[in-house]
Amino acid sequence: MSDAPQSTPASPRPAPAEGFPAAGNISDADREELRRHGILLTSLEELYNWGRSNSIWPLQFGLACCAIEMIAAATARFDIARFGAEIFRPSPRQADLMIVSGTVTKKMAPLVVRLWNQMPEPKYCIAMGACAISGGPFKQGYNVLKGIDRLIPVDIYIPGCPPRPEALLNGLIQLQKQIKGEKLTGPDAARHTRADLPSEYPIPAYGAHDLEPAKNPAVWTPPAPPSA
Amino acid sequence: MSCSDFNDLDAELTAFGHPGGSSVRAVHDQFHGDLLEVSMGPQHPSTHGVFRMVATLDGEQIVKLKPVFGYLHRNHEKIAENTTYLGSMPYTDRLDYLCSMSTNWAYALAVEKLSGQAVPDRAQYLRIIMAELTRLVNHACLVGFLFNDLGTSFTPLLYAFREREKIIDLFEALSGSRMMCNYQRFGGCRVDPTPEWLAAARTLVENFPRFLDEYERMLTGNEIMLARTQGIGRLDPAHAVNAGLTGPVLRASGVDYDLRKVDGYGFYPRFDFRVPLGAQGDTYDRYMLRILEMRESVKILVQAFRDLPGGPIMDPKAKLRSFRPKAGEAYGRLEGPKGELGFYLISDGTPNPYRYRVRPPSLINLTLLEEMCLGHTIADAVVILGSIDIVLGEVDR
Repeated sequence: MSDAPQSTPASPRPAPAEGFPAAGNISDADREELRRHGILLTSLEELYNWGRSNSIWPLQFGLACCAIEMIAAATARFDIARFGAEIFRPSPRQADLMIVSGTVTKKMAPLVVRLWNQMPEPKYCIAMGACAISGGPFKQGYNVLKGIDRLIPVDIYIPGCPPRPEALLNGLIQLQKQIKGEKLTGPDAARHTRADLPSEYPIPAYGAHDLEPAKNPAVWTPPAPPSA
Repeated sequence: MSCSDFNDLDAELTAFGHPGGSSVRAVHDQFHGDLLEVSMGPQHPSTHGVFRMVATLDGEQIVKLKPVFGYLHRNHEKIAENTTYLGSMPYTDRLDYLCSMSTNWAYALAVEKLSGQAVPDRAQYLRIIMAELTRLVNHACLVGFLFNDLGTSFTPLLYAFREREKIIDLFEALSGSRMMCNYQRFGGCRVDPTPEWLAAARTLVENFPRFLDEYERMLTGNEIMLARTQGIGRLDPAHAVNAGLTGPVLRASGVDYDLRKVDGYGFYPRFDFRVPLGAQGDTYDRYMLRILEMRESVKILVQAFRDLPGGPIMDPKAKLRSFRPKAGEAYGRLEGPKGELGFYLISDGTPNPYRYRVRPPSLINLTLLEEMCLGHTIADAVVILGSIDIVLGEVDR
């Protein structure tokens, strides 16, 4: 497996043919009327997103304290299976969703990025808990990465230390909404359909003083200093 | 395979009437390939977090095993040296994130020793109640995870987490947080439980043996479980003592060493309970010991609810703001669910500790992992690791 980002040249995608109705042109009332007559009308995009959003397989990957709450979300009381995401896959090759559940240390960060690169598209990332978002209570530590979004793109942030299992479920529902709204064609097509956007990210090295590079400028830029 | 292994094999085959000698070596060379190095983790469902084992295998047999850790080193000790004494209390929650209550207590013990702080009776009883409830959570979850490692994917864990949720709900009602309770203070506890809380906790504790019976009916006599755990990962007591092992791993080898009895910290000398001991020191004993310890914890809890006195929960002389203990050093320790959990503090009279050091039981219990795994298969290593009971937050700190 190459660690370099995809080097496929950006190819402009053909615009959708004129006169072909785009997805979702029929009003909800019309659709409901047809449904009462036994005709279920949908677009391929909607069907595809409906299926995808209801069977998100997370990577079975616990980092720290939040992982215990992630396991609790999978047990009978909270039952993540209600949302179709109970199949935790230990292999990144079979996973759709990476839940970064806990503190990412500088020793672990290269491995998290490598796992992300090994996951097939379409893939999503949830940063669960304060540590994964920003370093959390351990931010001042010399060995703690100050947020996983410095290295890989994050779709959903769940604050908390640790977040309750309900919060994780809420994050999952937000992700489902995001997936259901994704476009497969056109200028605002989803990330995974666009060949010009990378699927793999450079893996930082565990350097002498810090990660090298410490952040990926393609996904994260430092916030602007407050204007005087 | 080493030279002595060949000699053993020769002797064994000679006993069965086989010519042995050089022919064994020839057969070995024919059928045995090179040694294989397998790296398990840090992303592996059975390494209980971000732990990594580098195992060298001959066929499926482990001939060498190197634990690699540090993937969750989040500078607990260094951060605590730059924080006030009370400011590190929430960090101790995140040390052993399954047992925040008893980790809090260990830290409070060390600081109280340092500053000579007294603790009122009611707080002492509440601390014992919280510590024993934590032990129930930890051991129930551990047994669930152990069966995960044995291959019964998830079902026993569902039962364990059902009970955990009940206790966690109590912790949440009391402290406001499910896992990170931040409950103990220097000189007492933070919140006084209401009579309703105590009644709910008492009901839970009285029903807990029923859960244990149900659990044991399903698991203890299971034939696969017996085959996979009996005689696996045996640890002899002398070795365990030499390596400084503590807690259930040590007691499963038959060494009677429980700080609740030996050290008598808190009000434990007032309680009537037994310390279960193992005989073989194998994985089965380590499993069984946890079940028996849970039964003893229930006994302690029943006594604590019965004898819980009234009165304040904080010593009136306790100082929380601008807390500066005199210069000196102290080591506070207690019998955590995983073993001896200690905090060593040096004070130089400033609001921050000069040195803050944790003695993590799971890191020290891990040191004999290779000893226990040698000669067993790689699948057994996973089970042995599960029976040691590690939490990476504590191992790496």
